[in-house]
Amino acid sequence: MTDPYMIVIGLEVHVQLATESKLFCRCSTAFGAPPNTQTCPVCIGMPGSLPVMNRRAFELSMQTAVALDCRIAPTTKWDRKNYYYPDLPKGYQISQYDLPFSSHGHLDISDPKGRFEPRRVGIERAHLEEDAGKSLHDEQHGEADSRIDLNRAGTPLLEIVTKPDMRSPLEAKTFLTELKLLLTYLGVSDCNMQEGSLRVDANINLHVPEDGRAGGVSGATPQSAVIGTAATAAGTIATPIVEIKNMNSFRAVERALEYEAKRQWEVWQETGQRLGDAPKQTRGWDDAAGVTHGQRHKEDSSDYRYFPDPDLAPITVAPEVVKKIRRGQGERPAALRSRLEQSYGITPYDSDVLVSQGRDLVQYYLAAADACGDGKLASNWLQQDVLRSLNERGGTIGDFPVGPTALADLLSRVKRNELDTNRARQVFQKMLTEGITAAAAVEALGIKQVDESELIALCRELLAANPKVAEDIRGGNDKAAGALVGQAKKRNPNANPGRVRELCVELAKEKM
Amino acid sequence: MALTREQVEKVSLLARLRLSPDELDRMTTQLTAIVGYVDQLSQLDTTGVEPMAHALPLVNVLADDVVQPSLDREAALAAAPKHDDECYLVPAVLG
Repeated sequence: MTDPYMIVIGLEVHVQLATESKLFCRCSTAFGAPPNTQTCPVCIGMPGSLPVMNRRAFELSMQTAVALDCRIAPTTKWDRKNYYYPDLPKGYQISQYDLPFSSHGHLDISDPKGRFEPRRVGIERAHLEEDAGKSLHDEQHGEADSRIDLNRAGTPLLEIVTKPDMRSPLEAKTFLTELKLLLTYLGVSDCNMQEGSLRVDANINLHVPEDGRAGGVSGATPQSAVIGTAATAAGTIATPIVEIKNMNSFRAVERALEYEAKRQWEVWQETGQRLGDAPKQTRGWDDAAGVTHGQRHKEDSSDYRYFPDPDLAPITVAPEVVKKIRRGQGERPAALRSRLEQSYGITPYDSDVLVSQGRDLVQYYLAAADACGDGKLASNWLQQDVLRSLNERGGTIGDFPVGPTALADLLSRVKRNELDTNRARQVFQKMLTEGITAAAAVEALGIKQVDESELIALCRELLAANPKVAEDIRGGNDKAAGALVGQAKKRNPNANPGRVRELCVELAKEKM
Repeated sequence: MALTREQVEKVSLLARLRLSPDELDRMTTQLTAIVGYVDQLSQLDTTGVEPMAHALPLVNVLADDVVQPSLDREAALAAAPKHDDECYLVPAVLG
């Protein structure tokens, strides 16, 4: 590590759950409807209305918590978080305070490029709450009123809070990528950041060497214990925590954290402020300018005056229910990756590429690899040819014209040396454009197996006609045979270039 | 259990209530009386009693995830002190 400090990062992720209706009423959650057309007395906070929990929202939350290896609370309840804001019609948000339905989970992250050591990121808690509405600020009207759209009010959100376990902006970005992949595999959210289905706030501070401040001696005040703070090593102290908001992509999260770490180091050099000396600060990320700006000071959590929502009954979860969910879940991305590496012999990089494409593509890969019996070959073809064609054509792997069995048939021919890579690509294109089998495409392209004796005769002819090349090969330069491959292909387009090369070297040396 | 004037002042701020000094004095007295009344509960021995999260012995009240018609926009906006054709209008919110 080149930096004189350690970066400590924790994340708060809000995920919109893929339900049809809101958390406590049956208004639609569809994105993009005209303002205030998806509201009812419950979600706009009319007196006398009563919330009823959405069964599906709770099920999706449970799916996620189980996949994050969280402990599931046998009893959970909802609380009112009281604050005033124009997009919060009830004057409180229904959230979970002291009895979240899940806690103590984790998600493992690693980097296929090995830029950081594999790490287990703790999940402090995951709880289910409702979203607020949206303020539309019309810049043109300047000082005029703000417009409020309450369509989003009451949309189910899963808030996932990590422990301060990440040690670099890259680790934070990797965590988010892995979390999003897991959520996509589970089908619990579409994770669309543009539509606000996934939002991230980041908490960051530094652990700096106690005597590391340029030209200053830090005070001897004992560090106050703060919840959600990583323990400091001996001889180091923690700087005040900053929460960063307004990050609209994972890349923005990474950039904001990089910026903020540098900024905090400079502030520390200047002021020597440590954790507890200053209140937790909230800063907004300005992506265009590449800087963070200070925002309001965070209120104490007691200011929210949480209390149990008397309108909602608690939920109890039997251990059998949790077991059933666990059994019903397919392989998680991490498990799939290690299975691909161990059973199919591909590299962590390749398994990461395949698994990142989603469950359907992995199913396609497994079917193709099993049928042709060569995981590495199937992986190469999938990444280079299938994915490229898929990107060009659009659509999903499910309606790709060349199915896994057809691809495996083609790959088996490559393995048996019936086709070289170039010819195989032609066959693949033919299969793709005409929707035919490998056998039909081979025939349509006039590809025939060349008899070995025919090939030997051809190579002898070529060596005789090119004594200089034959001489070079005999002199130990096997690569010289490459010059004959093109000629062989011209004479017989079905000649396998790899085999031609081998034969030429063999035959030339035979004559020594 | 006596509440301080400062505590009542803070609570009134959080509740967005603007109280005159007179009202603040009166509220401090009255709130202290109310909290004191509720505080009688702490005389009970609750050893071994599970805290309740809800007054009724009800759990798992859930509804199916099926969309129902929403409120007509005009009707929804009608109760607001100020609105345009599409939205509620509130004093400018600073980002």
